[in-house]
Amino acid sequence: MEDILLLQAIERYLDGTMLPAKKAYFEELRKNTPEIDQMVVEHNMFLHQMDIYSDQRNIKHALHEMHSRLIERGDINEGGELSTKGRVIQLYNKYKKVTAIAASVGGVIALVISGLTLYLSPASNNQIQELKREVEVVKRNQQYQGAKLKEVDSKLPKDAVLTGGGSGFLIDAKGYIITNAHVLKGSSFANVINNNHDEFKAKIIYRDEVRDLAILKIDDEDFTALKSLPYGFRKSDLDLGEEVFTLGYPRNDITYNKGDLSAKTGFNGDSTRWQLEMNANPGNSGGPVLDKNGEVIGVLSTREKQAEGVAFAIKSKNIFKLIDEVKDSDTSVQKIKIVSHSSIKGMDRSNQIKQMENCVFLVQAFNKK
Amino acid sequence: MKAEFTEQALLKGLANNDSKAIEALYKDNFNMVQAFILNNNGSYDDARDIFQEAMIALYEKAKSDSFVLTSKINTYVYSICRRLWLKRLQQIGRYSNQIDSFEETVAVEEDIEIHEKRNAEFAIMDRALNSLGEPCKSLLEGYYVKKMDMQQLSKEFGYTNADNAKNQKYKCLIRLKKLFFAQYNIGE
Repeated sequence: MEDILLLQAIERYLDGTMLPAKKAYFEELRKNTPEIDQMVVEHNMFLHQMDIYSDQRNIKHALHEMHSRLIERGDINEGGELSTKGRVIQLYNKYKKVTAIAASVGGVIALVISGLTLYLSPASNNQIQELKREVEVVKRNQQYQGAKLKEVDSKLPKDAVLTGGGSGFLIDAKGYIITNAHVLKGSSFANVINNNHDEFKAKIIYRDEVRDLAILKIDDEDFTALKSLPYGFRKSDLDLGEEVFTLGYPRNDITYNKGDLSAKTGFNGDSTRWQLEMNANPGNSGGPVLDKNGEVIGVLSTREKQAEGVAFAIKSKNIFKLIDEVKDSDTSVQKIKIVSHSSIKGMDRSNQIKQMENCVFLVQAFNKK
Repeated sequence: MKAEFTEQALLKGLANNDSKAIEALYKDNFNMVQAFILNNNGSYDDARDIFQEAMIALYEKAKSDSFVLTSKINTYVYSICRRLWLKRLQQIGRYSNQIDSFEETVAVEEDIEIHEKRNAEFAIMDRALNSLGEPCKSLLEGYYVKKMDMQQLSKEFGYTNADNAKNQKYKCLIRLKKLFFAQYNIGE
C-alpha cells in the first residue's frame, strides 16, 4: 500500500499536478532520502520509455490504417487484380533459387552426358571439316599463280613455307581482313590476293582459336585503302529460309555460291554458328556470308562431312564481340570500325558481287623454314 | 524554397501523427520502396514492413529536437529502406551484391542504429505489457497509450469508482516496471 502511495506521489510530482506545498515537502524528502530520489529518477525514465512506446504504437497503428485505406482506394496496390506483373515477379523471386539449382543440375547432367557421348562415340570428331585449302592444293595453285604473277617471289621471304590457305574479307576499308583462325594455323605471316590477282603482304594481328576467327591487316605500300565497304554487317537475327550467298576462293578465281539459312545453330547445337544449305568447298573458309541485302551475317568456316551441302558459318555477332574484347588490350584493333549500312542493298546479285568482289581475298598462310 | 517548406510541413505533420501528412508521405514514397523491394528478392509484405519501419524512423527523427533535414524526404526514405533491406537479406543469408543502387542515397547508419535501439526498447516494453495479463494490460494501455482518464477507465472496466481503478492501475504499474527493468537492464 505504501508503495502505491509513493508511486502516486512520484507520478504527480513528475507530471506537475502536485500542489506547491506538497511539492516543496516532496523535494525535501527527495534530497534527504536517496532511495526515493532513485525511485523518482527511475520512474521518470520509465515514463519516458512509456511515452516513446505509446507514440510508436500510435504511429504504427496510423501507418497500418493508412496502408489499408490506400489499398482500398487503389492508390497503392499489392499485386491484386491490378498488377499481374507483380505476382509474376513474386513467383519468380520465390522460385528463382530452385530454378537456378534445377538449371545447374540440368546443366551438369547435360555436360556429363555430352562428355560421355563424345567419349563413347569413336567417329564423332570427324563429322565436320574445316574448309581451309590443303597445302598441296595451295602449293599447286601458287605455282600456277607464280606463272601468272611476277610479283609473287618478290613479296615472299625466300624461306617461306606454305602452311595453309582460305578466304578472307575486309571488315574495315583501311585494310583489316577477317578470316578463320584455322586458316592461319601454324603460320606466322600471311599474304592476301584479290580477284585481280594482286598480292599484298598482311600482318596477323589477332587470332581467337575458340571463336575460330583471326584478324589480318594488309601491310603493303601497293595497297590503297578503299573509301568505304560496299557491304554492311547485320546485327539482327535471321529467319530460317532466308537466302544467303558467299564469295570465296576454293579455286584461284573468286567463286560465288548461294544457299539458304537452314538452322539458327551450328553443328551439335552450337549457338555461335548458322547452318546453311550451301555447297561449300575447301578454300571457302573465312569467306563472307551475306543476306540478300548485302549485309554480312557470318564467316563461312566448316561443313558437315556426312551430309551433302551443309555448311556452317560463324555468326557475325562474334566479330563484334571479338573486336569489343580485344579493343582494350590491342591498340591496332581500336582503329577498326564496323559499319552496319550496306550500300549494295536493292541491287541485283551480279551487281552486288561486282561491287564487293575486290573486298574478298584469297588468304595464304606461311611459316619460316 | 516552397518545396522545402512543404517537406518541413510534412515532417511536422508526421511528428504530430497527422493523418493528412502520413497520407501524403505514403503516396509520395511507398511505390518507389515497393518497387525496390520487389526487384530485390522481396515480397509485398516485406515492402510494407520495410516502408513502415522507415516511416517510423523518419517519425522518430522528426520528433527529436535536434532534427535537421539534410536531404529530400524521398532520398532519406529510400536510403533507410535500402539499408534495412540489405540488413534483412544478410540476416536470412540471401545477400546479393546485385542489389539495385541507381538511386542517390544518404548516410543513414547512425539513424538506423538509433532506430534499432528504439525498436529493442519497444520490444521489451511490449513483452512486459503482454506478460502482465488482463486486466492489467488493458488498463495500462488505456491510460498510457490511448490516454484515457481514470473516470473513463473505471467505467470501461466496471470499477465502482475512479479511485479503485487508480489503485489497481498503480498495482499493475509496479508489476510492469519490475518486468520492464528486469529486461531493460539485461539489455543495457
